[in-house]
Amino acid sequence: MTILARTVEVTRRYGDVLALDRVSLDIRAGELVGLLGPNGAGKSTLINLFVGLRKQTSGTVELLGGSPQDPVVRRGIGVTPQETGLPESLRVGEIVDFVSAHYPKKADKGELLGRFGLDDLVKRQIGGLSGGQKRRLGVALAFAGNPRMVFLDEPTTGLDVEARRALWDGIKDFHEGGGTVLLTSHYLEEIEALAQRVVVVGHGRVLADDTVRAVRDMVGVRRVSLAAENLPELPGVLASERADGRINLVTTDPDRLVVELVRSGTPFSGLEIRPTSLEEAFLAITAKETEHV
Amino acid sequence: MSSLILAHTRYLMLEQIRVPIGLVASSFFPAASMLAFVVPFTGDDPVASTRATGSMMMIGAMSAALMGLSITVAQDRELPWNPYVRTLPAGPFPRFAGRILTTMATMLVSTIPVVVIAALFTTATITVPKLLIGLLALLGGAVPFMLIGLFLGFVLASKAAIGVSQVVFFPIAILGGLFLPPQIMPDFVQKVSPFVPSRGAGELIWAVTTGTSPNMVAVIMLGVWTVIAALAAGWAYRRDEGRRFS
Repeated sequence: MTILARTVEVTRRYGDVLALDRVSLDIRAGELVGLLGPNGAGKSTLINLFVGLRKQTSGTVELLGGSPQDPVVRRGIGVTPQETGLPESLRVGEIVDFVSAHYPKKADKGELLGRFGLDDLVKRQIGGLSGGQKRRLGVALAFAGNPRMVFLDEPTTGLDVEARRALWDGIKDFHEGGGTVLLTSHYLEEIEALAQRVVVVGHGRVLADDTVRAVRDMVGVRRVSLAAENLPELPGVLASERADGRINLVTTDPDRLVVELVRSGTPFSGLEIRPTSLEEAFLAITAKETEHV
Repeated sequence: MSSLILAHTRYLMLEQIRVPIGLVASSFFPAASMLAFVVPFTGDDPVASTRATGSMMMIGAMSAALMGLSITVAQDRELPWNPYVRTLPAGPFPRFAGRILTTMATMLVSTIPVVVIAALFTTATITVPKLLIGLLALLGGAVPFMLIGLFLGFVLASKAAIGVSQVVFFPIAILGGLFLPPQIMPDFVQKVSPFVPSRGAGELIWAVTTGTSPNMVAVIMLGVWTVIAALAAGWAYRRDEGRRFS
């Protein structure tokens, strides 16, 4: 299959900070790839390299067979702004016209706005839109030039569930029509709903690149919290810390951990098991990764 | 390419018109200076009034270029919209051109109150062709200031741009003889004056509107300043990668 975007051994530094460390990644035509990782992991840097906002320190970045720095190459992609930073004084229709003017294959304005539920808002000033409407407009702009590939950085942050699902449908339609998508998100659920392939980055490296199922199992960790004096060696513990007289353990298998704990006869109290946030799960995985290095 | 320049110009003009405070500010200042300095002191002398009116127009153009442009560019760089626009398939040229055309429009608007005040309250005289050539000289003379404005906007944070552009603006305007004719200023100012770009721009405008022969050192220096400012602005654009982790 054709490769639409690729990095080969790409490193990017900001002064002393290593944001990406020899990352090699291929994105093929028709894929819907989810990019996951905690803040500062290198997700945004990777996307910024693909869309031509930054240059790599070393290595190669290819987009649609050319360089992302070349404006002509970028006619084939669409990008959504990460934060809702649309110019407040412009009207919805005017901003779509402005963005469309850059592309030879413009999407029809009415159809584009309709696809993202913004039909009635063509004449509305952007400053007067709700947060969700701005967010949807931002995502719609990525599709204004009928791109072959879109880069969606946190497309649904701050949206309610219903608006999020409506946006997902728009992204799915594009993908079913043969479009390629690279998506970042804080919501594991969103990646699960949309992506087939998941790339996990941490500390500037690719930690996992697999199917959604495989990666979900990998990040499906739980936090086991309890009060105890001392703990014996327990199985499957990825990380542990002591805080406010309690011990917090991060584990992939809380059931087995509790069975072993009870079997060991260690006195404990106040047992709690709860899902970790995605952020915590990544911290655990990346911490484990560092230990092994 | 021209359709992209049009798209960027249209977008920037719409922003300018919807939030017209910049337009008001750059029109107000030369108009107020006109009433404070030109009307009471040169109102009866046709040549001096015409010349001073030209100077006030240049002051308006300089403020739109140096202060208006540097502050807008610096503020826009701090918005998340800016990196997004950089991902659109366009190089820096349409954006620069859009900025410069929009600023030129602001400059022309800011000359209107000056012309009206000159016509009503002074004995300044000018023919329509001379006025049009004068406006062309104004736009041409303003180019280095627009480039300096772009340079400052790409190098500085917006708060710094507000301060620095004013600190740059006033001495250059005064040394160039725009507030008071260079001839009546102290000796050392007269020596420095031809080397600041505002003097060259002023010389051009005075020459085409009142028929004086321009100070050639000042005109050449205007060209030199244009080249230096263009290089500096280009360098500043390339080095600007937006905010570090944006």
